[in-house]
Amino acid sequence: MNISSSLKIKQGCNNVPILKEKGQNEVFCGLTGIIWLHRKIQDAFFLVVGSRTCAHLLQSAAGVMIFAEPRFGTAILEEKDLAGMADAQDELDLQVEKLLERRPEIKQLFLVGSCPSEVIKLDLSKAAERLTLKYAPNVRVLSYSGSGIETTFTQGEDACLASIVPTLDDTSQEELILVGALPDIVEDQFLSLIGKLGIKKVTSFPSRTKNKAPKVGKNVKFILCQPFLGDTCEALEKRGAYHIKASFPFGEEGTTLWLKAIAKAFNVGENKFDEVTNGPRSRATKALEKIKQKLSGKSVFFFPDSQLEIPLARFLVRECGMKAVEVGSPYINKKIVLSDMELLPEGPIISEGQDVDLQIERCKANKPDLTICGMGLANPLEAEGLATKWSIELVFSPVHGYEQAGDLGALFYRPIKRREVLQI
Amino acid sequence: MKLSVWTYEGPPHVGAMRVVTAMQNTHYVLHAPQGDTYADLLFTMIERKNSRPPVTYTTFKARDLGSDTSEIFKKACKDAYDRFKPQALVVGASCTAELIQDDPGGLAEALNLSIPTIPLELPSYQRKENYGASETFYQIVRKLAKKSNKTDQLSCNILGPASLGFRHRDDIIEIKKILNDMGIDINLIAPMGASPEDIQVKTAKAHFNVMLYPEVAETTCRYLEKEFNQPYTKTIPIGIGATKEFIKEISDIFGLKTNNHYSERLRADWWSKSIDSTYFTGKRVYVFGDATHVKSSVKIANEEMGFEVVGLGCYNREFARDIRSLGKELNLDSLITEDYLEVEAEIQRLQPELILGTQMERHIGKRLGIPCAVISAPFHVQDHPARYSPQVGWEGANVIFDTWVHPLVMGLEEHLLHMFREDFEFNDSAGPSHLGGHSNHDININEKRKENINNIEEIIWEKEAELELKKIPFFVRGKARRNTETFAKDKGLNSISTEILYEAKAHYAR
Repeated sequence: MNISSSLKIKQGCNNVPILKEKGQNEVFCGLTGIIWLHRKIQDAFFLVVGSRTCAHLLQSAAGVMIFAEPRFGTAILEEKDLAGMADAQDELDLQVEKLLERRPEIKQLFLVGSCPSEVIKLDLSKAAERLTLKYAPNVRVLSYSGSGIETTFTQGEDACLASIVPTLDDTSQEELILVGALPDIVEDQFLSLIGKLGIKKVTSFPSRTKNKAPKVGKNVKFILCQPFLGDTCEALEKRGAYHIKASFPFGEEGTTLWLKAIAKAFNVGENKFDEVTNGPRSRATKALEKIKQKLSGKSVFFFPDSQLEIPLARFLVRECGMKAVEVGSPYINKKIVLSDMELLPEGPIISEGQDVDLQIERCKANKPDLTICGMGLANPLEAEGLATKWSIELVFSPVHGYEQAGDLGALFYRPIKRREVLQI
Repeated sequence: MKLSVWTYEGPPHVGAMRVVTAMQNTHYVLHAPQGDTYADLLFTMIERKNSRPPVTYTTFKARDLGSDTSEIFKKACKDAYDRFKPQALVVGASCTAELIQDDPGGLAEALNLSIPTIPLELPSYQRKENYGASETFYQIVRKLAKKSNKTDQLSCNILGPASLGFRHRDDIIEIKKILNDMGIDINLIAPMGASPEDIQVKTAKAHFNVMLYPEVAETTCRYLEKEFNQPYTKTIPIGIGATKEFIKEISDIFGLKTNNHYSERLRADWWSKSIDSTYFTGKRVYVFGDATHVKSSVKIANEEMGFEVVGLGCYNREFARDIRSLGKELNLDSLITEDYLEVEAEIQRLQPELILGTQMERHIGKRLGIPCAVISAPFHVQDHPARYSPQVGWEGANVIFDTWVHPLVMGLEEHLLHMFREDFEFNDSAGPSHLGGHSNHDININEKRKENINNIEEIIWEKEAELELKKIPFFVRGKARRNTETFAKDKGLNSISTEILYEAKAHYAR
């Protein structure tokens, strides 16, 4: 199966020098991942140990607030906690006790570190061990850091999943794990397609509940559904699992390459593969045809946000005919996005990190037809005449896979179309 | 440590941002870790601000902690000064930067910039957003405002309007109209729209200050009273009575002739007296929000709408005393809390028919099936409307009337609901007919409808009953028919007489 070599283009952007800037980063911190993780992992509670700022961030990022009592909260540090460490650990135990009393349905508790808890060196892993002993077997307590000094935005999910890996049971069976939180509808589509390929045992990670967690071992292979899961990838490799490398499943091409990599790893024949994927594949192609007409030749500029930027740029350039001007990412893990970088033709500036003021200047100078950026920048840029797509939607919406390929394209077309429609 | 699910107020540096973002030519350099930039989107999304808040964040990371975070801060200050050329620079730290103790004020001072720098010490682990806004405004005025002669004409400053304040944008327009009607000049509005130079030169020229929002401006008003001998108004002109009182308060201080400053623009008084409003009488209302808006709303609810306030509270402890004494006056317990679960429990206990609250109470209302109108920050993007919709003054009274009535069932409709309250498509739980959002209910109704049709096929209407039915107004006739049929079926009857029709009516009436 030499599909990727036949797709090879003259020169990908995998070898171009990366522009690295330092300055103000206009990004979320890793705590933000809690917004989707707490919906995905249905028996978990996320307890941030932090400040009022952390609590305020979570509710601002949640935007339209969730109506029910959410399964996350912030244990807000107060003056007296900052005075002495022993005190803070006791206070934490007390908060956890109250919480678990009120929410007996919780089976997994994540203690999530924040900037202030990291700076005062509050040891949450120690707390997690202590509390696990106390509440076993009903509740498992884990810890990870979602602090802004260590993580940006989607890295919070990475840190969370990486913290779960050591707790997964061993297996000697051949299994496949799909790694990364996906909207349920996408997850179900992938499980169904992969099942049809004849791969018997497939699980998702994170699982919706603790007792459905995947098992891991030397015969287990895993593939990433999201490009921001570097630490989780390493943790799984440490447990002996095999990392199936592939482009990310955005659009028809991305999804095909991703599924092909799985098929290859599990020795699925080409005929079988075509038989299973031809239907959805042609649907995706058809859905993208219309979008491609609209987007073709238009330029796009990515501000760093979710680490999805490189795979999405690959999709927009190769499948929608757009021209990328700059592709900014908060962090580029070449080991993980290599296939997408090889496919993304040389040309755009590839940037990592950010000095937001300089980047805005570059963006304005280029006048891209579409700018992908966070919500803090989108309205100000719109007001200056640039069409924008706010990037958080790309993390929250079902955009992976064949059936969503058209929707993904449409997300990018909508801001441009709106400008065409409005007569004001 | 205190567990918080949703918060009413952000950290104090967000309060500082609300002041600085409202001003002109001012820049705030905030020593803060990566991620704190989330606060920008409060302004760009909720308030749909079309430019970035004038804030530079140092966004330091873990690896910077080992080296020199104070260098990062100094560079950020210098870059912001060069790039944005503000008239004044406000500097401070967010919660994490407070822990690393870099002294932003000292560092900024050491740069010897040609503009005033205003250092903020906002204790993030003790205080909250409103304190941050109040303290920031006070520090700016204290640092900048210079002595000056008073204007020849009677003039005032309007103090308190800030970014992300509930309807502050429109309140300014309304209060200006009222003051102009009284022949008073507006000398300065701050912080909203004011530049550091304005504050420096103009502040002391006014004869008095209008304290529009004590949460932001009380500290500053007290300072200006002492420093420049400027009295300030204590009445917040939200509501008809309060607006009259506000006009009287100023007139009394300056010996103005109090004409009947009634405005042709006021309609809310007649709207409230008109007969359609009789159904408001005694409606049980719960009020929660910031203290200023709660105090005004309680008065309006009781005295201008004819509701009955059954409970009240506020989330800003700084004003707890005011709310407690108001509660005492009304013989009600007041709830001072920042824990929305406590508010929810209280609302559940009191079972009001209307909640006047914040975005949090709107969610509580949704959960409990109680209508809610928003009277105070924190608010959602939908409560920052494009149209002119102030809270203060005459037009404010009109807006409040409309806003509070909107979630309720309207007059005649309410009476019909009483009459046919168990009707399957026209009942209490179906909600007001002018509001959508009952789709799930509709699905059940459709199922029920099929069931009904099957079940009542054999029931026969006697001729006289049929004629009587036609006397019932057409818009409820269908419902009356179905109710009567259901009633008859429950009684095991297969024909309906006039008598049964009225028995059914009596059965369904409250």
